[in-house]
Amino acid sequence: MKRIGVFVCHCGTNIAGTVDVKAVAEAMKHEPGVVFSTDYQYMCSQAGQEMIKAAVKEHRLDGIVVCSCSPRMHEATFRKTAAAAGLNSYMVEIANIREQCSWVHKEMPIGTEKAIILAKAAVAKVSLNAPLTPGESPVTKRALVIGGGIAGIQTALDIADAGFPVDIVETKPTIGGKMAQLDKTFPTLDCAACILTPKMVDVAQNEKIRIFSYSEVTDVKGFVGNFDVTIKRKARYVNETLCTGCGACTEKCPMKKVPNEFNLGMDNRHAVYIPFAQAVPKVATIDPNHCLMLKSGKCGLCSKVCGAGAIDYKAKDEFLEERYGAIVVATGFNPISMEKFDEFAYAQSKDVITSLELERLMNAAGPTGGTLLRPSDHQHPHTIVFVQCVGSRCEACAEKGKEYCSKICCMYTAKHAMLIRDKYPDTDVYVFYIDVRTPGKNFDEFYRRAVEEYGVHYIKGMVGKVTPENGVLKVQGSDLIDNRQLHIDADLVVLAAAIEPDKSARPLATMLTASMDTNDFFTEAHPKLRPVESPTAGVFLSGTCQGPKDIPETVSQAGAAASKVIGLLCKDKLLGNPCVAHSDEMMCNGCSTCEKVCPYGAITYEDKEFRMPDRTTKVRRVAKVNEAVCQGCGACTVACMSGAMDLKGFMNKQIMAEVDAICK
Amino acid sequence: MQEVTRDALLNKALELLKNGTVDRVLGYRVGEFSYDVTPAVFENEDALKKDFCWNSFCGANFSKYLISETAKTEKKLLVFLKPCDSYSFNQLLTEHRFDREKVYAVGVPCGGMLSGKDLREKVESVSDVSVNGDKVTVKTLFDGDLEFDFETLLSDRCKNCKSKKHVAYDELLGEDGEVLDSHRFDEVERLEQMTPDERFAFWQGELSRCIRCNACRDVCPACTCEKCVFDNPNSGVQNKAAADSFEEKMFHIIRAFHVAGRCTDCGECSRVCPQHIPLHLLNRKFIKDINSFYGDYQAGAEVGSRAPIVNYTTDDPEPSEAVERGHGNA
Repeated sequence: MKRIGVFVCHCGTNIAGTVDVKAVAEAMKHEPGVVFSTDYQYMCSQAGQEMIKAAVKEHRLDGIVVCSCSPRMHEATFRKTAAAAGLNSYMVEIANIREQCSWVHKEMPIGTEKAIILAKAAVAKVSLNAPLTPGESPVTKRALVIGGGIAGIQTALDIADAGFPVDIVETKPTIGGKMAQLDKTFPTLDCAACILTPKMVDVAQNEKIRIFSYSEVTDVKGFVGNFDVTIKRKARYVNETLCTGCGACTEKCPMKKVPNEFNLGMDNRHAVYIPFAQAVPKVATIDPNHCLMLKSGKCGLCSKVCGAGAIDYKAKDEFLEERYGAIVVATGFNPISMEKFDEFAYAQSKDVITSLELERLMNAAGPTGGTLLRPSDHQHPHTIVFVQCVGSRCEACAEKGKEYCSKICCMYTAKHAMLIRDKYPDTDVYVFYIDVRTPGKNFDEFYRRAVEEYGVHYIKGMVGKVTPENGVLKVQGSDLIDNRQLHIDADLVVLAAAIEPDKSARPLATMLTASMDTNDFFTEAHPKLRPVESPTAGVFLSGTCQGPKDIPETVSQAGAAASKVIGLLCKDKLLGNPCVAHSDEMMCNGCSTCEKVCPYGAITYEDKEFRMPDRTTKVRRVAKVNEAVCQGCGACTVACMSGAMDLKGFMNKQIMAEVDAICK
Repeated sequence: MQEVTRDALLNKALELLKNGTVDRVLGYRVGEFSYDVTPAVFENEDALKKDFCWNSFCGANFSKYLISETAKTEKKLLVFLKPCDSYSFNQLLTEHRFDREKVYAVGVPCGGMLSGKDLREKVESVSDVSVNGDKVTVKTLFDGDLEFDFETLLSDRCKNCKSKKHVAYDELLGEDGEVLDSHRFDEVERLEQMTPDERFAFWQGELSRCIRCNACRDVCPACTCEKCVFDNPNSGVQNKAAADSFEEKMFHIIRAFHVAGRCTDCGECSRVCPQHIPLHLLNRKFIKDINSFYGDYQAGAEVGSRAPIVNYTTDDPEPSEAVERGHGNA
C-alpha cells in the first residue's frame, strides 16, 4: 500500500470561493492509502512547496495528490517539488479542482462534492503510479524556416546570427514575400524595398543560410530535436548555380503574355522570368504551363541565348531529405478572394481593385511605373473611394468573408489615402469605415494626419453597392453619423480585403501535427505566455501564419521565434516524455493495428524468439515502440484489441481506477 | 448444391502431395454421420484416401486453422477455401497472422452449405443425408426417407451469401463466381426500426441465453489475440462471473467492438452458437455503420487494406459529420 499525501490548494478565493477546501482535505483522509491530507492558500508558492517537501519527509510519502489548477498550469511545478523532496517526479497527480470545478460551479455544496470526487479519482490513480524516467535524445543543430517572407527572413537571420545553420524553404521563385510587393510602409512611410531588399541580400550572403526557393515541404517525420523533412525542389528548368540572372533569356522569350503574379496580373511577364529586379536568388525560372519548348518541344530560344548554359528543359522535381532540430512556420497570408463580393463589382470592373493591387499601381517598379493610373483606361483617377473591412469582421457573411479583424487594413488605407493626397492634391479621397483601429506606436497620430493634414474624407458607414456605369463607378454608401445615403461617382474603388492564412498552412499543420484554429491560423502554445511556440514541441510560429500582423509586429515575433529556436538548439540533449506507449510482447499478436493508427510513425515490428513453456522456441512478430518518437497520445492503446499496448503514466488500469473512483 | 465433387478435391490434394507442392492437407474428416464432419490435417496419401470428405456440410471456415497449423511446422499446407473463407484468409494476412509462404490455397466454388445442427432440429433420428442437385434426401431411422428442397435446408448465413467470388487462391477448382448483391442488412434494418426499448428487449431475449461457452470467440477468424482480454488477468474482466442472465451482453458487445472493421461477415459465430443467438447481427450493424459513415468497405477484400476505423486521412469526416451522415441508420 502506498503512503499518499493530499494537498488541497485554495488558490486565494479562486477555488476556496466555491469549494470547501477544508472539507475536501478532511474527506481525503479517509481514502485508502492516504496518510496525510491538508490545505493551503497557495500551494504553488514557495511556502506551499516547502510544505509538500516537509510532509514527504515527515510522513514518508511515496505518492502525492495536489488538488489545484489544471495540470497544464502547475503539473511541472509540483513534479519538480516532488523531485526536490526525493520522490520520482511522476509520483504526482493533479486533481483539477479549479478549471474543471470551482470555475464552472456556483454553489459551494456542488463544487465541494465534485472536488472530493475528482480528488478521489486522483488518489485512485496515484496508488497505481510507477516511477518513470525520461529518455534522452540528441538535438540536430540546424533549423528549418518554412516561408521566405519578412517573417521567415528575420527569423533565419537571427538564428544564423547565433551561429546555427538555417534553411529557408520558399514556394515562390524568390524570397521576399508580400513585403516585396508593397510600396511604402506605415507609419514611417519608408519604402518597403529599401528596407527589405538589404535583408534579402543579407540572407543570400549569409554562409549559415541556405535558400531553397521554388520548393515545398512535402513530408515531416520525427520529433523535437530530430525532424526528418522531405523538401521538394520543383523543377525550374534553369540551373541555379549556373544562372547569373543576366536576363537575356527573358528578353528573347517569345511567350510575352503570361499574367505577372508579382504585379497581381496587372501586366504580363515572359514564360521564362525573374519575378523582380531584386529577387533572391536572382535566377530565372521557366513557367512550364506557358513555355513553348516544354509544352510542344518547339522553341529553345532561351537555351540558345543563355551564355552560362543554365537552361535545362529536362530538369525534374528533386526531393531532398534533411534533418532539423527545430522548425519555424512562417507561411504568411493572402488577401481573400473578392470574386464573391458582387456588391463591390470587383469582377465586373477593372477599376475596382484591392489594396494590394493599389500597392503595385503606386510602386515605381509596378506596372505603371509608380504613376497612379486607373487600370481600365490609364487615366488619372480624380475621385477614389476606399472601402474598409471587406470580408473582415463579417459574421453575417461567413461563407465569403472572415469573422476576425484583419488588423492591418485601417493603417494601410490611411497610408494610401495620405500618399495619394500628397502626390495628387486634386484627388478627392473617401474612406468608408466601420471603426478605425490604430492601436500601435505612432499609429493614431498617423491616421489623424491623414484626416487633419491631408483632408481625407473619412465616412463612418459601409458601401452598399458599386455599379460601373459609363466609365464611372457609382458608389452608394451610408453615412451613419449624418444618417444619410451618399452617392459618389468614383474613378477608382479600392477594397481593403481581409487577409487569410496561406493555403499551404493547413496541409503543413497536418504534417507537423501542429494545431490550428477554425480560421486556419496556427495556434500558439499559450496565447499570452508562449505566443511564438506551437503546442507541438520544436515547432515555432513566426508572422501572420499565427494571426494578422503588421510588419513591426511580424519582425518582433520573428525575432522572438528565433530566440526560442536558439534556446532549443543550444541544448545538447533533450529529455523526453516518459509517458510513452509500451507493448507487452507476451500479449502482442503483431497485427499492425497500432502501427496504422500511430500518427507519429513510432511503431515498428520485429520477429522475436519466444521460449515456450514446453521448451521449444517460437518466432513471433511483435510491436516495438520508439520511445523517442512516441508522443504519448494513446491512440495505439485504444486500438489494440489484445490489450498489449499500454501508456506509461496513463495505464488502462489507472484510468479504470479513476473511473471506478468517480462512479463509486 | 455441390459445385465440385469430393473426388475432384481429393485428386487435387493427392496430385499436390505427390508433386511436392504441399506436405500436408487441411480438409474435412468424415464422422459417424455424413452431416458430422470435422476439420482435420492429413499428413499422407493413405490418411487422405481413407478419411477425406467433402459434402454440403463442410461449412467451417478453414482460415483460422492456418494460424496454429503454420506455426507448428515449416511444412507447406494445402488449404481449400470457399469464397467466404478467402475473405478471412486475406484479413488474417493483413494482420500478419500466418505465413503466406507456408500455405497453398485452392479455391473451391460453393453453392451454399447445409447446417447439420439445423437439420437435426428439423428432423429426428437422421441416419444419412444425400444431396442430388437441388433435392436433399434425408434417411431417418423411424420415418423413412424424407425429401427436402436444398434451399429450405440452406444454412442461415448462406441465404445471405455476400460473394461467390474468391479473393485469394493459388489455384482454382471450377469456375469463379461474382460478388453478390445480398440482402444481408435487411435484418439489421429491421432492428434499427425498433424503438430502443424493443431493441433492448430483443437483445435481452437473445443474449440472456448465452452460456459463455466461448465457441463464437474460438471459431472467429478475427479473434486471434495471443491472449484474449477475457482470459487476461490484467484486464479486470477475466473469469468474471455474470451477475445476472443478461450480463454476458458485455462479452458480446466488447467482442463486436474488437472485431469491428475486421469482421468479414463469415457468419461462423452464429453457425457455431449452441444457443442459436444471431451474433452476426451485431457485427453486421458495425459493418453497415462503417459503410454509411466512411464509404463501403469489405474487410478481407484485399490484403493490406486499411479499415476506415484504424486509418486516418485528412479528408475524414469530423465525428459530428459522421454522425450526421449516418443519422438515418443510427
